[in-house]
Amino acid sequence: MIRVAIQKKLGAFTLDVSFVSGAGVTALYGVSGAGKTSIVNAIAGLMRPDAGHIELDGITVFDSTSRIFLPPERRGVGYVFQEDRLFPHLSVRRNLSYGQRRSEGHPQPSFDDVIDLLGLAPLLERLPHRLSGGEKQRVAIGRAVLSRPRLLLMDEPLANLDTARRAEILPFLERLCRDLSLPIVYVSHAIEEITRLADTLIVLDRGKVVAAGPVPAITARLDLSPLIDRGDAGTVLVGTIESHDTRYHLTTVAFDGGRLVVPAVGGPVGAALRLRIQARDVAIATSVPTGISTLNCLPGVITELGTGRQAHRDVQVNVGVPILARLTQRSISELGLEPGRQVTALIKSVAVERTDRSAD
Amino acid sequence: MLSPLEVEIVLLSLRVGFWAVLVGLPLAIAAAWLLARTSFPGKAVVDGLLHLPLVVPPVIVGYTLLVLLGRQGVIGAFLDNVFGISFAFNWKGAAVASGVMAFPLMVRAIRLSIEAIDRRIETAARTLGASPLRVFATITLPLALPGILSGTVLAFARSLGEFGATITFVSNIPGETRTLPLAVFSLMQVPGTEAAILRLVVISIAIALAALVVSEYLSRRVAARIRGTPP
Repeated sequence: MIRVAIQKKLGAFTLDVSFVSGAGVTALYGVSGAGKTSIVNAIAGLMRPDAGHIELDGITVFDSTSRIFLPPERRGVGYVFQEDRLFPHLSVRRNLSYGQRRSEGHPQPSFDDVIDLLGLAPLLERLPHRLSGGEKQRVAIGRAVLSRPRLLLMDEPLANLDTARRAEILPFLERLCRDLSLPIVYVSHAIEEITRLADTLIVLDRGKVVAAGPVPAITARLDLSPLIDRGDAGTVLVGTIESHDTRYHLTTVAFDGGRLVVPAVGGPVGAALRLRIQARDVAIATSVPTGISTLNCLPGVITELGTGRQAHRDVQVNVGVPILARLTQRSISELGLEPGRQVTALIKSVAVERTDRSAD
Repeated sequence: MLSPLEVEIVLLSLRVGFWAVLVGLPLAIAAAWLLARTSFPGKAVVDGLLHLPLVVPPVIVGYTLLVLLGRQGVIGAFLDNVFGISFAFNWKGAAVASGVMAFPLMVRAIRLSIEAIDRRIETAARTLGASPLRVFATITLPLALPGILSGTVLAFARSLGEFGATITFVSNIPGETRTLPLAVFSLMQVPGTEAAILRLVVISIAIALAALVVSEYLSRRVAARIRGTPP
């Protein structure tokens, strides 16, 4: 459990945030300059806030009134930086074991587990300059994890990598988040990473927390549209595998509002899944359509109309859980869509994708 | 080959240079780290004082040492009475004079190499549980090694060539304080010693070149180890 309540004057604005974060992955999201990095630096002990309190697992690491400020090495906080920051004169193996000294009391996860998880075995005897950007960042992640921190901070670990390297690392990150029972605070301004990795989402704007809660609930909020660049991310749903259809290679997933049929995914019945629905892949019908190829037609109620964006407008539909649909302004007015209207949300099954990270 | 007298002069010079550098090195690393990594009131003054031997006439340095460390000197008398250590007119005094003159060169080279280290790497080490002392020993020092090596060799070469401060502080005593440059100076006072002088000149150049070659080799190896390219 992390409790953060800090203030710090940072040039033009004042960072003034307060949040609590528990197990799993907590994402700090916001545009550049929103104060994300300052927050993780304060948690790590690399920046001293002007005032406030930071508590990790019941241990106060910073308190301005009682003048507590633990130095970084005594906080038990791992940090994966934007740049790899590997020690250039040490081999990968010695980089990885550098932080192990403080963790002799609790040997989990083991050196071999982490090597396995991050695919580092072939790199161990190399020096950092012989690694690719993606490999370096994997070593940096392993190094932080192997210091067996109470909490792992990740400050845009993929930001300095190109798309290919990013795609290379994301699966490792997903396994890491899933397999280690290590609370993680993940800083990012890429909503795609957050919807794949995070459980809790904290949205920051100019040094303030503007929204905090589970990823599905926050991504479905229309009022955050100006802040969250949804891009292709859309809304996140959490469900469990109900059945597999081997004939058509489909899987039925149950979620709070009903069922979705998606292309076959691996995993036993009952396994948790995270699904993403892109707003532009959701259509709205005012009556239940027949003779339609779309497999997923969910009854729902329009709960909110977003503000206009040229031709398009996002509409929030509650199908048991809120999802977003991107419609043209013209369709909205021709169909007379307004909050409270009963509709059917048509979701192309291909638009529903599973992520490797199982949600709890 | 070398005459016994020449061997004596060379060995004395090497001994003086060796001790000047050996005792100066830890102090130089400490001073370089303080100047590179900390800020404190009066830092500019300290920085200036450290550089004084580079700009002040060597005679002045030698005279100051004489006043401070001579047998009647403030510090010298104390050291003599309490510890029985004397720097007056012996090779240890020559080593002190050489060390003081070479110190700024050592500090400069080490300071530059510490300043060139990415501090973010040191910060990362802190987040991995390393105390500032461990960071210094395991990250800063190894990464500064090329600068430490070149600073050491530079200081050693400077010590071998030290003349003004040495002759002022500890005089020119054969077998005790008469290092290579002082021996050349002495020979120049006597007519008909051109051949002997030439031999000492050649020896001086040979020692200096050897030091440079060794230093170049070592710093290449160290730099290669840090960058990881084969030497």
